[in-house]
Parts: sequence; C-alpha cells; structure tokens
Amino acid sequence: MNAVKQKDLILYSGLIILGLAAPFLFSAFKVQLTYLCVLIVLAMTWNLQGGEMGYNSFGNILFYGLGMYLTASVQVGMFFPLAEWTESGGEKTFVHTTAQYFQGIGVGLLVAAIVPTIIAGAIGYAILGLRGHYFAICTLGLGIAAGEIAGGIEIIGAGQGFTTPPFPAEIVDPEARGQFFYFLSFLVLVLAFVFVKYIYGSRFRLILNAIRDNEDKAEAMGIQTMKYKIVGWMCSAFFCGLAGGIMGGLIGYIDSTDVAFDGREMGVFMVLMAILGGKGTLWGPIIGATLFHFFKEGLWTFILGWQYVALGVLIVVIVVYFPEGLMGWLREKYPERFGEVIDEKDRKAQVELK
Amino acid sequence: MDFLIFKAPMLMVQASLDGILLGILFALIAYGMALQWGVMNIINIAQGDLVILGGYIAYTMYLAGIHPAWGVIVSPIIMFFVGWALYKLVINKVVDRDLFISILATFGIAIVFQQLMNFIFGADVVVAQSGYGTTMLFDNSVTLPNSKIFSAVISVLYAIALVIYMKKSRLGRAIRATAQNARAAKILGVDTEKVYAATFGINAALCGIAGALISITLTLHPYVGLPYTVRSFMIVIVAGLGNLPAVAVSGMGLGLFEEFADYILGTEFRIGAVFMLLVFILVYRRFKLSKKREYLK
Repeated sequence: MNAVKQKDLILYSGLIILGLAAPFLFSAFKVQLTYLCVLIVLAMTWNLQGGEMGYNSFGNILFYGLGMYLTASVQVGMFFPLAEWTESGGEKTFVHTTAQYFQGIGVGLLVAAIVPTIIAGAIGYAILGLRGHYFAICTLGLGIAAGEIAGGIEIIGAGQGFTTPPFPAEIVDPEARGQFFYFLSFLVLVLAFVFVKYIYGSRFRLILNAIRDNEDKAEAMGIQTMKYKIVGWMCSAFFCGLAGGIMGGLIGYIDSTDVAFDGREMGVFMVLMAILGGKGTLWGPIIGATLFHFFKEGLWTFILGWQYVALGVLIVVIVVYFPEGLMGWLREKYPERFGEVIDEKDRKAQVELK
Repeated sequence: MDFLIFKAPMLMVQASLDGILLGILFALIAYGMALQWGVMNIINIAQGDLVILGGYIAYTMYLAGIHPAWGVIVSPIIMFFVGWALYKLVINKVVDRDLFISILATFGIAIVFQQLMNFIFGADVVVAQSGYGTTMLFDNSVTLPNSKIFSAVISVLYAIALVIYMKKSRLGRAIRATAQNARAAKILGVDTEKVYAATFGINAALCGIAGALISITLTLHPYVGLPYTVRSFMIVIVAGLGNLPAVAVSGMGLGLFEEFADYILGTEFRIGAVFMLLVFILVYRRFKLSKKREYLK
C-alpha cells in the first residue's frame, strides 16, 4: 500500500513540476498550453456528470459561456460603465490600470464560478428530472438558446461582440500575459484534479455510479437521487464557469455564438474528449483531452477549411467504433492492471453464449 | 402591453396565416422524424441538415434554369438515396445501441453536412425565386406569398400519399410491423435491415421535399439546420409517435408560436424562443409525469 502511494507521489510531483516548467520550456506554445489546461478541466468535469452520473449533457457550454460573459462584465463593470464600453468597443476610451485589471479578473472569476453553480442548482431540479436522451436534447437546447439570447442583449455587446479588457500596458514584459493566463489555468486544473480525485475516493462517486447504473434502484435503496444529481451538476458548473472566465480573458473577444456559447466547438469537444479517453475514469478525460488537443493543433493547420469535416468524421468514428474510449479499451485488454479479477471459466461461458 | 401586434389586428391575421402555413411544413419534417424514431429508435440530429441539403438541391436546379418547384419531385428522389447511403455507412451501426450514441453520431454527421454544404454552396443566405407572386387579402393589409400556399398544399399532398402508402403497400406494412416489434417481424420473414434502410431513406426524402419547399418560401443557409431538428423533435414529443393528426396540429401550433414570438420579442430572439420552448416543453412534461411517478422514456 505504501509503495503504491510513493509511486503516486512521484507521479504527481513530476506532473506538477512539468506543469510549472512548461511555459518556460515551450515558451512559444503558452496559449496552446493554456487551451490544453482548460480543455482538460472541461473534459474532467463533464465526465463527472456525463461519465459517472450517466447524465450526458450537451449544455455545459451554458456555464462556460456564462462564466465568460460574467468575468468580462464584472471586470469592466467594476470600474467603468458597461454599456458605454460595449457600445464604443470600450478599450479605446477606458483603460484599466494594472491593479484594476487584476482586481477585476479576480472578482470576475469568483463571480463566474459562483453564479453558474447557483444557476445549475436552481434549474437542476427541473432539468435533471429528465432522463437519457431527453436530458441530452434539453441541455443542447439550453446551450443554444443561451447563445441566441445573449446575441440579442445590447449591454453585453449583442451581435457585434464584447471586447474584454486588454492586458495592462504598464507590464512591458511580452511574456507576462501568456504566463499569467497559463498559471491561472494551471491552478484551476490542479484544483479540479484534486477535487475530482477526492470525489473518486468518496462515497459520492459510488452514489453517482448507482444513479448511472440504475436510478430507480438507487432511489429504492434510499438514496435521494435528485439531491446528488443536482450537486453533481453544480460541481461541473463551477469549473465550467471558471474555465470560461479564463478563456474569455485569453481570447480577448467574446462573441455570443462563436466564442462563448460555442456549442459547435467547445460544447462538442468536452463530450468528445471525455469519450475518447474513456467515460467514467479519472485519467480517461485527461488523456483524451491531451490527445485530442495534439490532434487538433497538429492537424487543423494542414486541413484548413476541412477541420469541421474532420471533426464530424472523428465524432462519428469515435462514437461508433470506440465508445468505450482509450481507458475502456485498455481495461478490456489488461484487466489485471485495473485490479479486476477475471474468472476465465466465466469469460469462456460468455463467449459461448454469444 | 404596448406591442404593435396588439394594436393592429391585421398583423394578428397575418401572423396567424403565416404561422399555420409554416407549421404545415414543420409537421412534414416532424413526420419524418417520428417515422424513423418510432421504427428505429433513433433521434436524428442531422434531420435539419438533411432538410437544408434538400433545399440546396432545389436551389441548384433553380441556378441551372429549371423552375425550383420541380425540386419537390427531384429532391426527394436524390435525398432518398442519400438517406439510404447514410444508413448503410453509419446509422446501421447505432440502431441497437444507446440513444445517446445515436445522438452524438448524428451530431457528427450534422457537422460534416454543414461544412460540406458550406464548401459547395457558400456561406451566403440564398433563396430560390419561384416567381409565384403574392395574394393580397383584406384590402391589401395582409400579404400572402403564393409560394407559401403552394408549399402547404404540396406538404399536405405528400403527407396523405405517404399515409396511404404506409397503409396499403407491402413495404409500408413491413415498416409498421418492424415498428411494433422488430424481433417478431424478423421471425415472420421481414428483412428488418432493408426496412430500416428504407425508413431512413423515406425520412430523408421527406426532408428533401420540405427542403425544396423551404428554398422557395424561406431562406437557405448551411448552418440553419439545427433549429429544424429541434422543431421537429418538439413536435414529435408533443404529438407522440405515430399520431399524424396530432403532428399536424402541433406543427401548426409551433408555427403560430414562432410568428407571434417574432412580432412580440423581435426577430433576433426568434431562434432563442424556439429553443427555450423546447426546454419549457420538456420540463413541463417532466413535472406532469412526475405527479404520476413516471418519467419520459
């Protein structure tokens, strides 16, 4: 037992050192690395309710976009009139000082984490009563409705978009902006990992799994399924909001349907990454997100214009031929590594049955 | 209530007529969705994109100098084979699987279709001119494009033809048998694989008809498919599977809702209102069913 823990310790400290050193080692790829962190966070927290709870949501993009708009709005609204900012393309008329910028983004991220969580809790009772594909379609609708509605609201820029405050000009170091956002996202990633890891060791995960496997039976066993479902969704919403807030600052420009409530990209990505790596495992979404990101960044530039076709084909291939994901495949292949004991007789009997 | 629509009763008539004519079109798409949902237990997110593809077929004919109204005959024929091919390539692998898998897989297909249409036909909003003119009613205060009346009539004709076909023909009976119990149908000699392919093809053909009609009455754009999917999904869950009169009525209801939402909330919120209505309907049904301790299945 002790030896295992030691191995884990080496792994985690190695990963953290790698994470901290990454922006200096691969200084040209800071933005990509930030993206990677955000993608991992999204995949990991999607997995919490998509993989563990069995509630496949297409609508977590709602919280992501909400977090993005909230961070930017708070960051601007704390110091300047929001309406004038968005109307004039803001950043030319009003300039954040360094202190204001960091204060703003700090408070903004806090709001971006809390408000989506509250919203998830508030709508959870209504939405999570739906099951299976009704839940999937309902959340898909929610995400798209949010994008369409945000595109019609004047104060956050409506159709013409919302420019987030530019990084303070007083900091002259050209590396600073990238490093700031990288470490911010890395911090969120570590937080999310610790949180998810904690959940994986807790009773909460077993309850979520019980809900996934058979909700009626779970209820019959005396589990208040609705309560746990809502809490599970709120956990996802918390991290989605944070991730959205960081991405808003990094991209520097928020458009209602193409950046914030981007169901066609981010919304699908998080589902795809979790499935690619393997739903319902701790490391699956992380590996899936990393693989997907490398694939995307490596291939996108070569097949310019065709990337969505490639994405669509990729979704079909993964979903149809590879629904268990990488971890599921490994598990099938090397069950001993996952601590599973296979009864050879039983296996043979099952093969004969087929 | 200071809305224009409540001050001018003629606008109300206008919106109602537009809504009903539009709703008949939606009902046609929804009928296709109900058909393949009922028979194959698949929710096809690419439904709307099949519609738009059908529309582009009619639009291509219009560009080639043929009257786009012929699209209502040509487009379903082409789309039937597109649907058949799609079934053979992808759908047959997801028929017996978890519904979520079919949702994601068809979502992938939808993305591919959107992008390919974007390549081939460009990202502009296009419309095929039918040159049918407009009918003026009530002292010219209500304008009704003849193309809308044409599309409603064609939709009704095709729907009736399909109902008769499903009742009388051998394939129609096979489809209905498979919908009732696929396994029993198989035992009794129905080639279910072929039935599934034909069902998906018929669904695509219905989408093709609707698309051709949309190309002359509304506008086409590669990325507007998803709202049509959601509309048909909504109509199907309100009406239930295999209940054609209810599909027609709820289609018209949706059309009315949209036209009124357009006037009251403004055009920029139209699609948002459609999606919110979807969420609202699902949640409403959830609470209604939870009183009886059941759930949507």
